[in-house]
Amino acid sequence: MTTIHDSRFTNHDHDDHKLIHAFGALAELGHEITNKNSFQETIRTSLHLLSGAIGIMRGAAARYSRYAHELNLVAVRGLGDDFPLSLTLTTEDERQFLTNGLHPIEIAEAQVLPFFQIYDVSFADRGLQLFVPLVVREEIVGALFLGEKATGEAYTSYEKEIVCAMGQHIGVAIAQRNLMAEIERHAEENRQLFDEMRSTYHDTVKAFAAAIDCKDKYTEGHSVRVGKFSEIIASELGWGKEEVEGAAVAGYLHDVGKLTVERKIINAPYRINAKESAELNKHPGVGFEILQPIHHPYTDVPLAAKYHHERLDGRGYPDGLKGREIPYIAKIVTLADSFDAMTTDRPYKARRAARDVVDDLKGNIGRQFSPELVTAFLGGMLKELKGETTDKRFRRLLGRDYMEAEGIVEKIRTTLNDVAPTSPMTYVAAAGDILQIH
Amino acid sequence: MIQANAVPAADGVEERSVIVAGDYLNKLSGEQIEYECKRRLAAGCKELVVNFAQTELVNSIGVSILLGVIDIASKNGASVVFSDMNEDTVELFDMLGLTKHVTIV
Repeated sequence: MTTIHDSRFTNHDHDDHKLIHAFGALAELGHEITNKNSFQETIRTSLHLLSGAIGIMRGAAARYSRYAHELNLVAVRGLGDDFPLSLTLTTEDERQFLTNGLHPIEIAEAQVLPFFQIYDVSFADRGLQLFVPLVVREEIVGALFLGEKATGEAYTSYEKEIVCAMGQHIGVAIAQRNLMAEIERHAEENRQLFDEMRSTYHDTVKAFAAAIDCKDKYTEGHSVRVGKFSEIIASELGWGKEEVEGAAVAGYLHDVGKLTVERKIINAPYRINAKESAELNKHPGVGFEILQPIHHPYTDVPLAAKYHHERLDGRGYPDGLKGREIPYIAKIVTLADSFDAMTTDRPYKARRAARDVVDDLKGNIGRQFSPELVTAFLGGMLKELKGETTDKRFRRLLGRDYMEAEGIVEKIRTTLNDVAPTSPMTYVAAAGDILQIH
Repeated sequence: MIQANAVPAADGVEERSVIVAGDYLNKLSGEQIEYECKRRLAAGCKELVVNFAQTELVNSIGVSILLGVIDIASKNGASVVFSDMNEDTVELFDMLGLTKHVTIV
């Protein structure tokens, strides 16, 4: 091999050149650590920069696991495949490294520590000379293993200063990564807790719905079905998962106010009189009062309870709201509630045929129901009947025979053609409220 | 950009390979050189010539990668030759000790 010894370069020139070269490497290291490369790539590049700044033949950078008490190699240069990928620290090693701080340790002079005794052969075989514990905010986050310099000379104090400066950058990069991992772990824990709370909330809502339905022996399962129909409508409207869940909850709880209505009124096997009707008609307001103080994950749940007997034409109750004055969620629950009332037997009224129900929905568009909701609802039903979806939601809720009544598919298709216009239509409500459909 | 050519021996093995480094030897171009050198060494090459005729600047990552090439070549029983370096590159490589491990032409 040929070595050049050029008298043009004095020691003073060399020192200046080394300083400039090291500054360049330090600047690049700062840039590398703040960019968006993967953690492993950042550490690999950082090790290259440190090696290239000083001319180090081989080395490695490791991340410390304080739980496993292990230094796990993240980047390795020239140490060979049989160098241990994970190196264990004893409590004594940890204590000494923390005391030492982020300063290079001469491996040959540190044999008193268990760490250097255990890995003595591995370090000696690779000519490792310096071990640098990366201590950030009084915590070991990693370490650098540095081999001999290409010059064959010992590390100077100046070069050790460069190692310290660059090691601090690498240590901060590892600490940031640890922090991110901790945040991600907390976020995952929070997500799981949130899921559990949401599950508990839904279970509670269903229990409430069952309690409401228990009070009315003739409409058993009504609240649960209204919840499911509301869910179908929201789903067919293309709403997101959270919003669909909110619609379902609004349906489950829409009649919660009935808990305060006398059982004999709810279960009256006849058309109730005006006084009883006035008592029954209080249930939307009472439901709102019950639900309003509860912190629901879905904001509109109390409004659905309060306004699910309002009508677009203003002839509903309790406030006689019209058109857009009625909260959208209440319009959904209104449709689901009315559909269930028409498709189940009541003490004073038998269940209506599916074809009649479709006609009723169509006939009440603009008066009681929003057209796009009827379209979405019937559209979902038609998809199921035509086998375009694997869902059997309507069949499960209404029964197979009811759903597969003769001519029902054609009836729905015709109705949808009539109510889903290709050009804007105008429905004129009884009270003069004009609803534009686009 | 790097360019490479090879001088095959009688048995077809490329005994001497010439790899021409680009104008700026950094991470990207350095890794290309490293890849090419490893490929040639694996094929049995016994002399790697890295030509720096076009090279104006070498950064720290480039230095580190070249040190890696020198190390791998040594382990494979091959020699490394650096050719046509400009004065700045010679000074840098001399200062960092690379020139102790290669032949300069």
